[in-house]
Parts: sequence; C-alpha cells; structure tokens
Amino acid sequence: MLSKKQLFTRGMLDISPHMLSVIPFGIICGAIGVELGFHPYLVYAMSFIIFGGASQIVFLQLLSGGASSLVAVASVGIINSRHLLYGAVLSEYLEKLSFIKKLLISYVVVDQGFAESNKFFKKNRNEEFLHYHLIGTGCTMWVCWQIATLSGIVLGSFVPEELGLKFAIPLTFIAIVVQDLKKLDHVIVMITCGLSSLLFFDAPFKSYIIISPIIALFVAALLLRLKK
Amino acid sequence: MTLTAIIFAGILTYLTRMTMIALINRDMLGDKIKAVLEYVPSAVFPAIIFPGIFINDFGNFIDMNDPKIFGALVAVIVGYFSKNIIATISAGLVSYWFLIFVVFN
Repeated sequence: MLSKKQLFTRGMLDISPHMLSVIPFGIICGAIGVELGFHPYLVYAMSFIIFGGASQIVFLQLLSGGASSLVAVASVGIINSRHLLYGAVLSEYLEKLSFIKKLLISYVVVDQGFAESNKFFKKNRNEEFLHYHLIGTGCTMWVCWQIATLSGIVLGSFVPEELGLKFAIPLTFIAIVVQDLKKLDHVIVMITCGLSSLLFFDAPFKSYIIISPIIALFVAALLLRLKK
Repeated sequence: MTLTAIIFAGILTYLTRMTMIALINRDMLGDKIKAVLEYVPSAVFPAIIFPGIFINDFGNFIDMNDPKIFGALVAVIVGYFSKNIIATISAGLVSYWFLIFVVFN
C-alpha cells in the first residue's frame, strides 16, 4: 500500500515528461493572447479561471476576430465538454471521496493528467488513496501551465515561431495512445475518431472535438457487441 | 466585459470537469457502459492528434508531403518501441525540424 505522498509523487513523475510539450504550448498561448491585443491580466486570468490549453487560444481568437462573447463562451464549453468523458471514467475510482473533495479535485482534471492517472488507476485498483495520483498529475500540470503562460505573457513569443512547437501537442497525445496500437479494436476506434475529426473539422463551435469521440465510442460499443 | 465572458467560460469548463465526477456514482453506470468507457482515451485523443497534424493554422488540409506527417510517423514508431514519452515527443520534433530546416531549406 502506497502512502499519499508516494502516490502524489508518482503522479508528478508520470506526467512530467509531457511538460516537454505543455510548457512551450503554454508560452505560445500567453504570447498569442498579448499579441492579439488583450490585456495581460485578462490573458493570465484565463489560465487560472479556465485552465484549458487550446480552449483559451480559441476563445481569444474568436473575440479578436469579432465574434460575440456568447459564441466564444459556447465554443470553450464545447471544446472542454470532453472532460465529461474523463469524469465518467474517473468517477469509478473517486466514488469513495466526499462531495467536497470531488468538487476540489475536479478543478485539476486535464487531458494528460486524466490519461496518465487512468493508466495508473487501472493497474493499481486496490490502493486506498488513489486520488492522490490524480492530484499529483493535476497540480504539476497546473503549476507548469501558470508559469508557462505567464512567461509567454511577460516575455512575448521568445520561442521562435519557425520551430513550429505547436506540433508538440499532437506528439504528446501520440505518446499517450501509441501502446494501444497493439490492440486492433483500439486501432479501429482511434481511426474512426481521427477521420471523423477531419471530416467534421468545420462544424460550428469546434464541435468536432466532441462529435468524433461520440462516433468513436459508438463504434467501440458495436465492436464490443461483435466480440461476444 | 471580456472578464465576464472569461468567468462564464471558466464556470462552464469547471462544470464539464465536475459533473461526472461529483454527480455520478458507480451504480448509475452499467457494465456495458463501463466497458465502452474503457475506450475513452482511444476515442478522444485522436480528435486532438489528427487535426494537429493534418490541418494547418488556417484551417486547411496540408499537402501529403508535409513534414508533420513524417514527424508524426517517426513519433509513432519510436513511441511504440521505446514506450517513452520524452523519446516520442523528441523524435517527432527532431525529425520534423530536420525536414523543415535541413531538407526543405
């Protein structure tokens, strides 16, 4: 049985390699916000209040492009609706927590943290303080995100644009799913999601980001039925 | 004005994070749904990966000889065999940079 501190540290260690892509992306996010003409405090406030990488950039781009606040807010909600799926998966492991703890821990659930903690949870179901792993991944991500976006706001884009560091984001997610390429059913689900995301890329409010997972999960349900 | 919108966007985002964790308990999800939820990472992350590779900053499809496709393939191969996140990201970036700075320059 691992202690709370050990689990927290393990969470930190499990997510830290992803900082290789998260930190440059955070710097870019901060710099873009200021470049688009928004007040530095507002750009930073987003990292604290929204705390959701891509959705922050989309929000500012929409507003600076003349979209209404309603459209910008709706887009953020739709882009981040994928967290509902993460929550559904995590709820099984967090159900013993008090309501207040659930409310607090929810704030730090992010893509990479969910991915790494979920992998850990599956292998260590019986640990008593499992949620400390999620706190470890989430807090690491939070601290790095705040520092990275702040650096981008203060120093501007000191990361040269020619480096194309935004490309690190798809790479970080490749690292997360690549081992599941060993399983044919997962490969089918991934390809379904990927192709759907390209097909529906122009759907309103960036809704491809939730439409394609729903289609892919539907295919997953069909595959499960076929397996029986 | 913008701050109000940020706060609403933040509340909405928080609700997406909190709803399923705080308001759902194990009995509400049947075994079938749980089995489908096993696929969530495979069903969600490609929606970030594919557009990140195949669609450029202007929302258009890239050419089939774009360096990103090569970089992504290298990342998949290195990731598959190394099982190492840093190696996967670095391999993808370095091979991408090699193409844009050395080969296509």
